[in-house]
Amino acid sequence: MMRASIVSEPIDVASLTREAASDSCGATAVFLGTVRSTNDGREVNGIEYSAYEEMAEKEMRAILGEASAKFVIRGGVIEHRVGVLKVGEISIAVVVAHPHRHYAMDALRYIVDQTKARATIWKLEHYADGTREWVNAGSGAPR
Amino acid sequence: MTVTVRLFASYAESLGRSELSLDLGASATVADVVNAIAAMPGASRLPPAPLVAVNCSYAVTTTNLSDGDEIAFIPPVAGG
Repeated sequence: MMRASIVSEPIDVASLTREAASDSCGATAVFLGTVRSTNDGREVNGIEYSAYEEMAEKEMRAILGEASAKFVIRGGVIEHRVGVLKVGEISIAVVVAHPHRHYAMDALRYIVDQTKARATIWKLEHYADGTREWVNAGSGAPR
Repeated sequence: MTVTVRLFASYAESLGRSELSLDLGASATVADVVNAIAAMPGASRLPPAPLVAVNCSYAVTTTNLSDGDEIAFIPPVAGG
């Protein structure tokens, strides 16, 4: 099973793991990205994620296809959540299944890194002092 | 032709909207859309050559447009 989705509800890791795993795979590797309480020394209350959903899902499906070609994974699921997330909540989950662990873990790193670099997703950090700022926006004005 | 323009994240905030329709000439390109957006209030906060996608594929300024196309302005991404 290969699937890539933008979701607005909390991510159910157990469900994704069942979806990606299979009897032919001895390794199921899981990555969870969660909202961190600090960034660049500033206290973070939460992150507001938004996405160009159609393009993000297209790009994430392409990344799963690349991982299939490079690592011959048997299963791969990416879910990225949008909306306002509190510290500790899961923003992204990636699950990869392969007969052997090394390939599963290499594929997992590839998918996570490529998704962060390429998927059309943005985050607006909400700080404890009441300010908000777009992450990675270069000249984007703080607010 | 009429095309839909979509703006996201900091770009949507700068222009105060996330979607609009543009009426363009028959042989319009991405450059025409970039110029139209650059003339809008708030656009000075966008880079001079923003990344643009047409129907979910990255495009260049010379890419030809068709009626009904969706042109998206893509800020630097920051997922994860």
